[in-house]
Amino acid sequence: MNSAGIVALVAVLALATAFGLWRRRVDGKFNETKATSVAKEQHLTAGQLGQPLGDLATLVEFSSAFCAPCRATRKVLDRVVDDVHGIALIEIDAEQRLDLTRQFGVMRTPTVLILDSEGVVRHRAAGQPRYADVVGALGAVVPGASSTS
Amino acid sequence: MTTQASQQATTRTRPPANQIDPRGPRFGAAITTVVLALILLFGPNSPIAALLLTIQILAFAAGAILGLQAQPYGWIYRTFVRPRLGPPSELEDQAPPRFAQAVGLVFGLAGAAGLLLGLDVLFYAAIAMALAAAFLNAAFNFCLGCEMYLLFKRIGVGRKPLTQS
Repeated sequence: MNSAGIVALVAVLALATAFGLWRRRVDGKFNETKATSVAKEQHLTAGQLGQPLGDLATLVEFSSAFCAPCRATRKVLDRVVDDVHGIALIEIDAEQRLDLTRQFGVMRTPTVLILDSEGVVRHRAAGQPRYADVVGALGAVVPGASSTS
Repeated sequence: MTTQASQQATTRTRPPANQIDPRGPRFGAAITTVVLALILLFGPNSPIAALLLTIQILAFAAGAILGLQAQPYGWIYRTFVRPRLGPPSELEDQAPPRFAQAVGLVFGLAGAAGLLLGLDVLFYAAIAMALAAAFLNAAFNFCLGCEMYLLFKRIGVGRKPLTQS
């Protein structure tokens, strides 16, 4: 046993635990102020996204190839789109669209943006969101959306 | 019928062969965490650390290059652990955990380089990084390498002129 190794081990486990607990707390939580402050341009069009926007709101998911929570997130969002009328889901490969990844300051996948009917970014979550959080955030963007299902 | 069947075949984006029980890589990450912790504790001058690091590098290489079916910790999971558990609630694509094995391999090789060249700082830094990633995977089901992937992509293409619309 060597003292440097013991110090390194304890430091790594402590830092990683702190990081993991912090991530667990913020993961998938929607944030309104971050949605409006991070993006340089807070607006997305159907042309940029390559797909039409939803009538009431649009969920935009940034995904990447080596990302297990992206697939789980996709399933959650698919359920939301099935349950709530007028919502479109657009999945973007962050690698393919580095322009949008940069424009919206996406640092990790999955990142989910919620756009209102005009394509304005209103909400944002990094990490896998829970169903109730997505519906709750949608409710803030589209009055009445949460009661549709 | 035939058209329906072929449609189904084409709409299925990933073949089932690439789908794995997600508990397997997490179990493997727990073993990796223990092995890397022991390597740190024994230190760069210990032959035991060198042996453990060799085993760990081979395990990473098998997972990254041959696939997770060939990863020895995955084999331990399938043979001894999975029969005692129920079937997984859902399957997962093997690409993310396989990429994580490749990231581990890079750190493992860096640690080995530090050991062989007598660069203790490189040895400790590389093993500590690999340990942090494996521990986060085991304890929090969090894939550090997977997140780094996008950041590297962002940096890598940063040198290109931005095509602003």
